[in-house]
Amino acid sequence: MSRPRGPLALVDARPGPGFQVTFDGAPLDVLPGQTIAAALWSAGITSWRRTRVEQRPRGVFCGIGVCFDCLVTVNGVPNQRACLAPARPGDEIRTQDGDGHVEV
Amino acid sequence: MTGAACAWYAVRAGLRVVVLDRGPVAGGTTGAGEGNLLVSDKEPGPELNLALLSTRLWHDLSQEPGIGGEIEYEAKGGLVVASGQDGLAALHTLAAEQRRFGVESESVAAESLTELEPHISPSYAGGVYYPQDAQVQPARAAAVLLREAVRQGAVLHTGTTVTALLRDVDASDDTDDATGGTVRGVVTDRGTLRASWVLNAAGTWGGTIAQLAGVRLPILPRRGFVLVTEPLPRVIRHKVYAADYVANVASDSSALQSSAVVEGTAAGPVLIGASRERVGFDRSFSLPVARQLAAQAVAMFPILERVRVMRSYLGFRPYLPDHLPAIGADPRAPGLLHACGHEGAGIGLAPGTGYLLAQVLTGKAPDLDLTPFRPERFEHDGDQEDDQDGSEGGGE
Repeated sequence: MSRPRGPLALVDARPGPGFQVTFDGAPLDVLPGQTIAAALWSAGITSWRRTRVEQRPRGVFCGIGVCFDCLVTVNGVPNQRACLAPARPGDEIRTQDGDGHVEV
Repeated sequence: MTGAACAWYAVRAGLRVVVLDRGPVAGGTTGAGEGNLLVSDKEPGPELNLALLSTRLWHDLSQEPGIGGEIEYEAKGGLVVASGQDGLAALHTLAAEQRRFGVESESVAAESLTELEPHISPSYAGGVYYPQDAQVQPARAAAVLLREAVRQGAVLHTGTTVTALLRDVDASDDTDDATGGTVRGVVTDRGTLRASWVLNAAGTWGGTIAQLAGVRLPILPRRGFVLVTEPLPRVIRHKVYAADYVANVASDSSALQSSAVVEGTAAGPVLIGASRERVGFDRSFSLPVARQLAAQAVAMFPILERVRVMRSYLGFRPYLPDHLPAIGADPRAPGLLHACGHEGAGIGLAPGTGYLLAQVLTGKAPDLDLTPFRPERFEHDGDQEDDQDGSEGGGE
């Protein structure tokens, strides 16, 4: 019987103490160094934006900052790339509707 | 784009067409454009005539089944603004001259600018509105035109580089050009194609194709950056630019020029141009250029200060010394035609170019006099500076 080996075990990571952020109001546990996308994926969340025209769900596509598909609202600021933005203690992450601007 | 338009109009004229592209469709300058279809920035002359013809043809294309709904054609209109009374007077003079050649425009008083653009800076002395200015999504437009051309019988080979031209050996040719016989087709890295006509629509790399025929076409790259903002609700309604843009377009300097050209898009992001530099084919990002463009856009639309730029892209406008494209048959190489060198106006001028060349190819007199665009007009200029760094040839 081998025990399941997650990414932390595979690289023998010893991360520092975790912290919390919220996603649509619900608390999430995050490890230091995780991007917002990594934090959301670790919690089993794969979609955090709805498209502008047809309200289709979107999450990580390229994962390397190129495609701008993973845009999300963090601390009231829309259009952050979740795959690049590091999660910080207390971040309020919210599902982004369309362009994320109520009005400009 | 120019090649796609040439293919489309040639097929419609009943010709058999093979399109060769060394890369993917819209992989060169077309894919780095904004898709502007402008009459407002052109002084009276042959380019304006070509732009007016093209504007009508773009409108027709926007009604064409299979094309119209797919190219994001938007007759949004252009607004040119002037910051001082002198600039405004010059702008009014230009608009009056353009009007004699069929360019529609309306003067907009300073206090009325916000009726057209609610978020524009209050600092402008006034402007001129050009309802004929329009926009397409250039990569889509090129791809859709090619798809429809193929549907009507054209053949498309992407990833195919032209390496040589097939020429007749013409013993009676007493020119000193040893390569001088009639062009009969092309050699590519994937085989040989015979053809009655070879049309060079390689854009910024068109000089290289000309070289394969032993003729000189001094096309130089003129780099431009575009900044792309995060998607926004519709805050900018027209294409808006400062009057000094026209002077920048006509400039011969190799140093950086930029003036804000700002527009909203159907998809949401705001596009911010337009910089002009002659730096060869240097693709490296330039922070000073991006900063200057952003500052100029914020000066024009202060609301953009709170908006983030998501990314930028750059491209190389195909630039000929007199700022006119090369369009027409090349008497130095019978069988070869050119359709390149449209600088920053290639998307706008593409249909007119394709339409007129289809007339040439079918033996008709073109609707516009092509003399100002004749490709051999630089023959006696002497040696020009040549900053094409090892470019590859290839039909667009």
